[in-house]
This record gives sequence, C-alpha cells and structure tokens, in this order.
Amino acid sequence: MEVIKNKDGAKLEVKVVGRVDTTTAPQFEEEVKSQLGDVSKLVLDLAKLEYISSAGLRVLLSLQKLMSKQGEMVLCNVNEVVKEILEVTGFINILTIE
Amino acid sequence: MTEVKSIKVEAKVENVAQVTNFVDALLEENDCQMKAQMQIDIAIDELFSNISYYAYPDSEGEAEIIVDFLPDDLVSIAFIDSGVPYNPLEKDDPDVTLSLEEREIGGLGIFMVKKSMEKIDYKYEENKNILTIYKKIH
Repeated sequence: MEVIKNKDGAKLEVKVVGRVDTTTAPQFEEEVKSQLGDVSKLVLDLAKLEYISSAGLRVLLSLQKLMSKQGEMVLCNVNEVVKEILEVTGFINILTIE
Repeated sequence: MTEVKSIKVEAKVENVAQVTNFVDALLEENDCQMKAQMQIDIAIDELFSNISYYAYPDSEGEAEIIVDFLPDDLVSIAFIDSGVPYNPLEKDDPDVTLSLEEREIGGLGIFMVKKSMEKIDYKYEENKNILTIYKKIH
C-alpha cells in the first residue's frame, strides 16, 4: 500500500494506492493522522484503492470522528468493491461520498 | 480443474500476504472474476488475522489453508487451526444502522465475509477449528 499526500492550505488530499488490510491499516492511519493538525478538509481519493478490510474501516471511522470535530472528510472515486463494502456495513451512511 | 492445494504457515499476521498470494495465484489460474477475487482476499484478511490474533493466545501455532475448486464455478477455501475452539459464526451481527458516535468495529470483519460469500460454515473436528468459505468465481 502507498499513501500519497498533497496538502494545500487547510485541505489535505490523500490518494490511497493498493490494499488497506490488517497489515497496512496501521501505516495508513499513522500517515494520515500525522498530517491532520490544521486540516479542515480531508479528501480521500480511493481511485487506486483495490480493497479495504475491517482493519481499514476502523481507520476510516477514526478519521471521520476526528474530522467531524475539525472540519469535514470526503471520499471520492470509490470503486465498486469498496462501495459495496461501505453499503453492507452501513458506513455509507456515516461517511460522505462524492 | 485444479487439484486440491494447501499452504501451511505460522499463524502470524505478517503471513497474511503469503496466504493471499498463494490463493490469488490459484484463482488467477482458474480465471476468477476480479471482484470475486477481491472479496476472497478481504475474507482471507479477516479470517487469517482472526486466527493470528486469537487462536493461540499463549503459544505459537500454525494455520493451514486448503483451496479446492468445485463444480458450478465454486471455490472453497478452508481455514484450519488447532487453537482455542471458536466459532465466529455464533457472534451476533453488528448493528450497521448506528450513528458515527455509536459505531463499533467489533464483528464487522466476519459480517463482511458472511455477506460477500455464497456460503460459510464452521466445524470443530479432531481438535481443529475448520472454517470454510465458498465463493462463485465466474
């Protein structure tokens, strides 16, 4: 998995490439959270995300809780497999998908 | 039609990639649909990590994964360990309607597997947990 970050003022765009699973989720969490200081808009670009397991959902939930306090979080370019996961787990209702 | 193939690894979370690569190679040989393969990969992550974390609390142990291609485009993948008897299918499904503040992650992994597979079954035999998932590959 690779996390590509692009910070523009208070906006942080994060491209997630590969798989967010048990072994990579901690790195994903660390890399994003370490950049969130003054961020009021977090955009997660999931175009290159192959799939996400529950370990990754845990990170999304944690990021959403953080960003709800300091701004907003948006997911974009969600592929079919990931979208279905978000639907089945009800995450589609607590996350914002563009 | 491929013969039954299996891999045995130490039940450690860092070995999930080895198991995934082993299964993916077999799925690709059998022209598995990409979406089904990703759902299977997610299931491997959930089930193998569960074994890694919980099967052998005070010791180290192994997990065996057996892949079998069945009629009607089905693949079965069995996860076998000799650890603490545990049937994840008995766990209550999580409440997926809760709000952001109330949401918990516990149980979500096995729930995702149940929802994405054709069938999943569990048995405890000869001191072994045997959890088998079935998925259509075409």
